[in-house]
This record gives sequence, C-alpha cells and structure tokens, in this order.
Amino acid sequence: MERVMRDKKAAAIFILPAFMLFTLIIIVPVVMSIYYSTLDWNGIGRQTFIGFSNYIELLTDRDRFLPAVYHTFIIAAASVFIQLPLALLLALILASKVKGERFFITVYFIPVILSAVVIGQLWMRIYFPRGGLLNTLLINLGFMDPTRPTAWLGDVNTALGAVLVPILWQYVGYHMLLYYSGIKSLPPEIYEAARIDGAGFWQTAFKITIPLLKPVLQVSLTFCVVGSMKVFDLVRVMLTDGGPSGSGEVITTLMVRRMFYPSNRYGYGSAMAIILILMCVILYQFVAHIFRDRDKNRKGKVRYE
Amino acid sequence: MSDAKLKTALRRTAKAGLYIFLLIWAFIQIFPLYWMFSFSLKSNQEIFVDNPIGLPRDWLWENYRDVIQNANMLRYLANSLIVSAVTITIVTICGLMATYAITRMVWRGRGVMRSYFMLGLALPIHAALLPIFLVLRNMRMLNSHWALILPYSGFALSMSILIFIGFINGIPNELEESACLDGCSVYGIFIRIIMPLMAPAISVVSIFTFLQCWNELLFASVYITDGRFRTLTVGIMSMTGQYRTNWGPIGAGLTVATIPTLAIYFALSKKVQSSLVLGALKG
Repeated sequence: MERVMRDKKAAAIFILPAFMLFTLIIIVPVVMSIYYSTLDWNGIGRQTFIGFSNYIELLTDRDRFLPAVYHTFIIAAASVFIQLPLALLLALILASKVKGERFFITVYFIPVILSAVVIGQLWMRIYFPRGGLLNTLLINLGFMDPTRPTAWLGDVNTALGAVLVPILWQYVGYHMLLYYSGIKSLPPEIYEAARIDGAGFWQTAFKITIPLLKPVLQVSLTFCVVGSMKVFDLVRVMLTDGGPSGSGEVITTLMVRRMFYPSNRYGYGSAMAIILILMCVILYQFVAHIFRDRDKNRKGKVRYE
Repeated sequence: MSDAKLKTALRRTAKAGLYIFLLIWAFIQIFPLYWMFSFSLKSNQEIFVDNPIGLPRDWLWENYRDVIQNANMLRYLANSLIVSAVTITIVTICGLMATYAITRMVWRGRGVMRSYFMLGLALPIHAALLPIFLVLRNMRMLNSHWALILPYSGFALSMSILIFIGFINGIPNELEESACLDGCSVYGIFIRIIMPLMAPAISVVSIFTFLQCWNELLFASVYITDGRFRTLTVGIMSMTGQYRTNWGPIGAGLTVATIPTLAIYFALSKKVQSSLVLGALKG
C-alpha cells in the first residue's frame, strides 16, 4: 500500500488538471491585475506605466469611488447588525423544539438558492412607482398621496435603502441555517442541565448557546462582511448605473463600469479590483482577530470545535 | 390566579408569540415568489388596476407561450444547462483527483498544495474578470460556452476540494488496502473504490456548482454579448428590456427561469441546504 501510494508520477497526474486550472484561472489573473493596476491603458493603445497614480486617483475620488466604498460599508454594517441578529433569533427559536421546524427551514432557505437577477427584477416591480406592490399597499392604507407616488429606486434618498432590503432579505435563511446546524451539533446534555436549573429561553440563549456557537458565529460573520464587499448582482440589476447620481453605487458596479463601459480604463479598474482584494483580506483578518482576543480572555472555558 | 398558573399562561403566550413571528417571517420570505407567479398569469389591466395582489381571475397561460416563443427563453435555458453540466463535470473530476492526491497519496508538498487551493476561498473572483477577458479576447473565445465554463470551473474548484477533503477523511482506507493487495493500481483504486464511495460528496459538489453557474451574472454579462450564447441571468435582463411594461410575460419568464432551481430544491431540499452550508462549517 505504502509503496503504491508513493508513486510520484501518479500523484502528478492526479494533481495536474486541478493545479493548471486553478493557477491559470485564479492565481495568474490576480497577479496580472496587480500589474495592470499600475498602467494607464485602454486595451488597444500603448501601455503606459504610471506607478501608484491609479490608486492615488481612486483614494481621492470623492465623487464616485469613496462614496461607493461608503455605500459598501453601509451594506456590510446593515448585514451584520440586522441580518445576522435576525438569523440568529430565528435559529434559536427553531432549535428550541418548535412544531414544523423542517417546514420553516425549507421556506426560509428558498430565497438563498434563487438567482439574484430574478430577485432583483421582482423587487424592482415591488418598488415600481405606479402599480408596484409597495406603493399600492401604502396608498390603500392612506400613507401615500396617490398623485405623488415615491420612486424608491429613482430617488437619491431611498435608492440605497431600497436595494439594501432584498440584499438582507435574500440571505437571512443562509445564516439561519448555519446557526441552526451549529446549535444542533452542540451536546444535548448541556440543555438538559440548563432546563433542570430552570433557565428560560433567553437565559439559555445568552448564557449557553451563543458562547458555544462562537466558531459558527465567526464563519458567518466572515462570510457576511467579506460577502458584502463583493456585492454586485442585486445592485447591478436594480440600479443599472449605480442609481440616481451614484447614490446606490458599490465598489464592484463602479469597477465593471470603469473597466468596460464608456471608457475602458483597464488600469484604473484593476486598481479597484486590487483594493477590493485588500479590503477582503483585511476584513477577514479583522474578524479572526476579534474572535482570537475573546478567546484569550476566556481561557480555561470549554471550547466547542 | 396562582403564581404557577400565571407562569404557564405567560409561557404559553410567549410561545404563541414566537410562533407568530416565525409565520410572519415565512410569509415575508415567500410572498414575493407567490406574487411573481400570480402576475405571470395576469394582464396589465389586472396587475395595475383590478387585482394587484389576489390570484389571477382568468389564467393567461399565453404569457408563457409568448415569452417562450418570442424571447428565446428556451435557448437561454439550454445554454445555462450546457454551461452548468460541463462545469460540474470538470469540477468534479479535477477536484476529486486533486483531493485523492492530496489526502491519500504520499509526496512532499501536498500540504502546501492544499493551502494553495484554499487561497481560492479568500480571493474575490472580481479580480480575475479583466485578465481572463483579455485572454479570451485574444484567443477569440469570447461569446462561446467555454468563455464561461473555464472561469466557473476555476472558481468552484476550491470549495469542491474543501468539501471532498471533508468527505474523504471520513472514509476508512481498509477497502483501498485490500484492493491494493489484490493487485489494483493507484488508478484502479481511484476509479473502482474512491469514486463510488464519494458519490454523496459528488452530489453535494454538483448541487453547489450548479447553483453557482445557474445564478452567475458578472462574468456572463461581460463575456457574452452574442444572444446565441446568453445564459439565463443575462437572458432575463434582455427579456425584461424587451417587454418593458408588459409585466405578464416578464413574470412568466422569471418563473420559467426559477422552476429548474425550485424543482431541484424541493426534490432534494436537505441536500441542497447542506451543499451550501457544509463547506462553510468544515472550513
């Protein structure tokens, strides 16, 4: 057995297809992007090396790029402070032996698997000024003047908020299922003991479940924050050009437009891609850091792996 | 009322409250879908004036015929199917082979190789958009199925290897050892023992990859400009542009695009759920 498994040629044959594919599709392009980000280049003309100029231009662009970063962080913050607590609450309730928990889980997870394009098109129609679901409802309840309906996606003040709602709505079920699976894999004896001690729902949740759920919370928080940086589909579908005067612009939508639409600024767009990678890596480390610090303070406590 | 009675009454009210909360949230998650299906069978008059929310009065199946005949929905569906199927095949075979080499075979650098593949979980795919575009353009491969299959395969690889490693570590290697004693080669062991035993993992990876390909918008919108190769996501965008304010056929198109995903989900809901959550929890 040992001898057969030490066959170097066979190992190379097994690893090579995946290695080539991965290197050519992921690693080489990322390295190329770093190079492109130092160029002034439109893809056809001469490549001019301009060092960090693209980055400097980006970091001083108060008109489009900095607002896009700001909007992206608003989406991340809303996800962390609205989506995750809601998901956690749902998971806690579902895990406390509720009738029909399978049914609820199945329903909550449906939006997760749907295409963001379908969801975006659907919500555009919910927000439609005349005849859309939301305004019809508001007019019938008497909250809106039927002669002056709000164009939710077309108004500078509401565009970002309107796009944010389906973004949060779509993935609540995903985080709920992460938490639920985490809770279900905790040892049941702990809950037995808590019940005997007379702990109620909230006490059990805050004193037992949430502390033990830390590894899952870390995964979910990482996905949520890093995923928010990369948000694209719903914003692209619902606010084609970043919304009215860029009021709903995010990093990825701006990047794609600068790269491909009117101007083909390949270098400038690549610099945005590199900044995006850096932000993801930094936030990934940041989340890991938060959880590591907490671990130190709680030395000696039981840890669930 | 005695204290104990009051306590049970309170507890019961609290429980009912939680239950109502669950039901309301279920309603919020599912109502937009119901609404999409209901307006897919209505006329504009009914959607905007007579009956915006209720079930359709006369079910206008013509909307479906219209969108299928006039908006190329079947071609988009076929393109999405081809791209997904080929991607799933490539990801499964390459991922499984790499996993076998990393976990079962003995060679220097296999740990490094594993970490190398895991880099793909952290890197945003957006950074690959332009470089791959330029290569495809130089090779005249934009506007082809391969223009999407190759990047999709690359992106799905890391997660598939992560999931495969999780599964393969749970398979005891006695079977492989006895096969080896019977004179089976490394390749024989892989094909006759590992592949069949990994069937559950293959289905998880396939579902995960399918959803990724089926729903992908960014690359599909940049690399494909020719209607003949459009996949569903971009196809939907052009379909809604074509019908503009005629909502009935738009709803029908959205429903058609959603049915395959929903069918898979309702047939294999637990499997679909675990295929999306598993990688996250093992990682």
